[in-house]
Amino acid sequence: MPEPLIVARGLKKRFDEFEAVKGIDVEVQPGEVFGFLGPNGAGKSSTMRMIACVSPASEGTLRLFGMDPAVDGAKIRARIGVVPQLDTLDTELSVQENLWIYGRYFDLSRAECRRRATELLEFAQLTDRADSVVEHLSGGMKRRLSIARSLINEPELLLLDEPTTGLDPQARHVLWERLYRLKQQGVTQVLTTHYMDEAEQLCDRLVVMDQGLIVAEGSPRELIDRYSTREVLELRFGAGTNDQFGPQVAGIGDRFEVLPDRVLVYADDGEAALAEAHHRGLRPESALVRRSSLEDVFLLLTGRSLAD
Amino acid sequence: MQIATPGPLRVVSGHLVVFRRLWRLNLLSSFVQPMLYLLGLGVGVGALVDRNAGSTATLGGVSYVAFVAPGLMATTAMAVCAAESMWPVMGGLKWRRDYHGIAATPLDATDIVLGHMIWMAMRAGITGAAVATALAFVDDTRSWGLVPAVIVAMAVGIAFAMPIMAYSVGAEMDGGFPAIQRFVIIPLFLFGGAFYPLSQLPEAVQWFARAFPLWHGVVVARGFTTGDTDWAGVAGHLAYVLLWAAVGTVVSIRRLAGRLYP
Ligand SMILES: Nc1ncnc2c1ncn2[C@@H]1O[C@H](COP(=O)(O)OP(=O)(O)O)[C@@H](O)[C@H]1O
Ligand SMILES: [Mg+2]
Repeated sequence: MPEPLIVARGLKKRFDEFEAVKGIDVEVQPGEVFGFLGPNGAGKSSTMRMIACVSPASEGTLRLFGMDPAVDGAKIRARIGVVPQLDTLDTELSVQENLWIYGRYFDLSRAECRRRATELLEFAQLTDRADSVVEHLSGGMKRRLSIARSLINEPELLLLDEPTTGLDPQARHVLWERLYRLKQQGVTQVLTTHYMDEAEQLCDRLVVMDQGLIVAEGSPRELIDRYSTREVLELRFGAGTNDQFGPQVAGIGDRFEVLPDRVLVYADDGEAALAEAHHRGLRPESALVRRSSLEDVFLLLTGRSLAD
Repeated sequence: MQIATPGPLRVVSGHLVVFRRLWRLNLLSSFVQPMLYLLGLGVGVGALVDRNAGSTATLGGVSYVAFVAPGLMATTAMAVCAAESMWPVMGGLKWRRDYHGIAATPLDATDIVLGHMIWMAMRAGITGAAVATALAFVDDTRSWGLVPAVIVAMAVGIAFAMPIMAYSVGAEMDGGFPAIQRFVIIPLFLFGGAFYPLSQLPEAVQWFARAFPLWHGVVVARGFTTGDTDWAGVAGHLAYVLLWAAVGTVVSIRRLAGRLYP
């Protein structure tokens, strides 16, 4: 097994009294795409900022490339690329000027900045917008520019904090495809998301985070197999009546969950569960059988849905 | 082996990219303004002042234009650097957020602050040099003293830039900036010894002017351009000017580090 790129042990982050990250253990291997999945406020960004060496850990140990951020922050930052949750682009400058400036911060020569900027614009599909002022770009384009900029120093590790939040589905798919290419080129990626489909699409391995703690870890498939049934039956009763009918499905399948807008029945055979529900005289307005997803894992682990 | 570019200079080269977009407008406004004052006051008011028998003695034996010119170089440096250290600095943290972008690279708060200081000295130098060039065309103001006067203007520039930066990186809102303009920068412009000797003013106002770096810079710059240099005085005044810059720099670094790396 190669040396892990990132090792965190008992990592904590406190803001005054409040503990945003309550002691987490993480290891990320070279070449891996690793995800933090969790709802808003789970502590994902706080964790990412510690890993990016822009926020000192309050407790615990953290090593990147075997180095300690408290000692070698600048050396580590020279080898990583960061896409923060909020863009930090200079919106008054053009697309390529943003890339040049950033290259200068890494002490690349002007010629090298230009060469890499041309390449990265190609990669980010922004070549024809090279001279546009950033202010006028769409959200998806800005995000792609942020990613292009984070690659200017040819990082070994790329940190992406909610790379596609706020983008439309089309823009998200374009971005996913670019990130997949980077993975093929061997760039290690750590990303956060509160979209379970994004986590399933991109991550080799992920941790589910909730209220500053890691509540589960594994590949998307492993997590689903471990924590959920193969299929899920979704029953929708009329508005406001879900908690009234919900308890009547008890005993069908492995377990059930009553949400405000629907009742979920976890069963390996969803169709059989539906037949049983009908047999019991239940008449939902609609019924749907689907495969288990990370959303269900999250619901089971925390008792809350990710969208909350 | 290649020697790495020092961090502050990398930050400066970022400022240069931005400046390249705006320099015409910037230079024009920071050049035209002092020239208008010089023409309007120096020539217009100067004609009145110079005709008045007693005044040239009060002005140290020089014409009014020659008296005002070095003062304008210093006040322009103050005005440009003060403004550039308010909204643009707060924007770097809060709106454009480019300081956060820099913090994610190998550079840190110290590089950003020192880079800002060098850049402000350059801005003051560029504007000062433009004004000096214009002054070199006028008989009354042509002198080699214009060269050290530009350097004094650079010192005055950072003496205002850095303490204001310290305020800007600590402030939550931009509401304090107009107050700084109204109660410090504009009064100093009027009462800081640029347009008439401090001795013309009530004692309390004189102390106000002496407390800030502008007057000290004006006195030194004027000494150079009028060829009346008292070196001990120069050292004392400049030390006071640079003390403001130094304190502002240290506080800026401490505060910015706290904001960038919570
Ligand atoms: N600089 C800060 N000061 C105080 N509290 C903070 C700060 N940053 C984050 N928090 C708090 O820490 C918790 C976790 O936030 P964050 O790490 O941003 O979560 P996530 O990225 O998962 O949404 C939140 O309750 C947030 O309000
Ligand atoms: Mg976040």
